[in-house]
Amino acid sequence: MSTDTLVDFDELLTRYEPVIGLETHVELGTASKMFCGCSTTFGAEPNTQTCPVCLGLPGSLPAANEAAIEATIRIGLALGCRIATWSRFARKNYFYPDIPKGFQTSQYDEPLCTAGHLDVEVDGEIYRVEIERVHLEEDTGKNLHVGGSTGRIHGADHSLVDYNRAGIPLVEIVTRPVPGAGAKAPEVARAYVTELREILLALGVSEVRMEQGNLRCDVNTSLAPTGSLEWGTRTETKNVNSLRSVERSVRFEMRRQAAVLDAGERVVQETRHFHEDTGSTSPGRSKEEATDYRYFPEPDLVPIAPDEEWVEKLRVALPELPAARRVRLQQEWGISPTEMAWLVNAGAVELVSDTVAAGASPGDARKWWLGDLARRANDAGTDLGELAISPAQVAELIGLVSAGTINDQLARQALDGVLAGEGDPAAVVEARGLAVMGESDELVAAVDAAIEGNPDVAEKVRGGKVQAIGALVGAVMKTTRGKADAATVKRMLEERLVSS
Amino acid sequence: MSTPSPKGRLTRDEVAHLAHLSRLACSDEELELFAGQLAAVLDAVAQVGKADVADVAPTTHAVPMTNVMRPDVARPSLPRDAVLAGAPAAEDDRFRVPRILGEEA
Ligand SMILES: [Zn+2]
Repeated sequence: MSTDTLVDFDELLTRYEPVIGLETHVELGTASKMFCGCSTTFGAEPNTQTCPVCLGLPGSLPAANEAAIEATIRIGLALGCRIATWSRFARKNYFYPDIPKGFQTSQYDEPLCTAGHLDVEVDGEIYRVEIERVHLEEDTGKNLHVGGSTGRIHGADHSLVDYNRAGIPLVEIVTRPVPGAGAKAPEVARAYVTELREILLALGVSEVRMEQGNLRCDVNTSLAPTGSLEWGTRTETKNVNSLRSVERSVRFEMRRQAAVLDAGERVVQETRHFHEDTGSTSPGRSKEEATDYRYFPEPDLVPIAPDEEWVEKLRVALPELPAARRVRLQQEWGISPTEMAWLVNAGAVELVSDTVAAGASPGDARKWWLGDLARRANDAGTDLGELAISPAQVAELIGLVSAGTINDQLARQALDGVLAGEGDPAAVVEARGLAVMGESDELVAAVDAAIEGNPDVAEKVRGGKVQAIGALVGAVMKTTRGKADAATVKRMLEERLVSS
Repeated sequence: MSTPSPKGRLTRDEVAHLAHLSRLACSDEELELFAGQLAAVLDAVAQVGKADVADVAPTTHAVPMTNVMRPDVARPSLPRDAVLAGAPAAEDDRFRVPRILGEEA
């Protein structure tokens, strides 16, 4: 697909400096659309959530959704923005089938929020990302291209449009250019979107599921010779729809642009598309009139003028934000910043927090989420949070271990059962018969059998090579399929073999 | 408020550009005709600029109201049959539109 020449990433950093910028679109989780009462439920049958307003039928009039406006102000407050005292909607005029009105109701020179910032941490270093603006607009419909091989426009015969999404409130968060990140630019871009996502989750304003398109990123990248006083020409990579892709798209564009500049050519200012499969970008639409949107104030909507009282009411009701929350939890759990960073990178902070809230100790909760569960998520290629086990179930499992009902090895088997949908841990332990054996006849028999079956080993132990007892413990654990308590087995073996 | 371009002398090229943005097909004769007519309209509107507004506070909206909002409550939408009945063409419960050029989706 891409035949671009690429320069080695480390090598280009000796000659060039990147500047990145991000435009993030967030679909708000309101019950109704931005300017009409149509439902916003995801996955509904095509064109079943439309009305004269969101279809742009003549004579229909919009009415602004209060919850969407408040959500936008809350996002602005969480990002340290100035909240406008006077804000208006504007018409962004363009013809495209996914915009039934012939314009998108957006905001232009009077956005709700301006001048904020978000600090992100990469490898122990803090990078400040300045926020240019946060504004409110409406989402577009969805095009389905028919006749092409992959649903893409190339070779498509015609397109089919579903307007269920048209008019869903969409918040656009635009950063100022971020210079100075150097080699860390791809990771800073990713860390920014990650932290923004955490904030949106904490605010409860959106489900922020990137795979469902709740959160979509346009990533700007430019490259200039090191020490240059001017920034390079930027490209805008559209619709980068996973955290990993944000990082990859910046890395790819840096490598591609370096090759263009090395060849003495100029980077073309353009929109590019990111390809998940190859991690590359390719030129997208070049709409000559793209900047000619002929914005003008929306005459059918009156201005929004948030007064101090309203804004303060929203400010005091803000939840604890992720950064502050991490500092508090780190102290409560008595862990180091590095250990906290592991939890953050694993996406396990909230999971551990919820597990602790369900009664587990912080140490145990961390051990399971970063250990066995992280391994299983990794094997399955999913995020921790997508595993089919809840923090409450993990806490229950930990409780069973603490009570001595099961040991760690049995707990892993119980975990298999829970993940396989067999029910809660206690039920799985019961159904699979996983409880630790007491000093039962069955266990006595297993211990005796281990000694009889391994006379050489038993003799060694009797002769004083006490560490050889491990092999016998292992044999007992094997015959009892891990259900015995290793310490108990060891004691029982010692009683029989080691004269005291 | 800024006034339209000086003396409202709208060029033929500007009209052609606007026609393109509005997806209107205009012949050369029509472009000439509309350039003249639109220039006259702009001249007429520009007369507003002559008014003495030194003592008038700027207003940005025709209605002196702010913060008109509705509660976030979902209401029934139109039946799909009624929605698609207004479409020039429909297929698979969706609006059927001509091939979209110049963009990947
Ligand atoms: Zn509607």
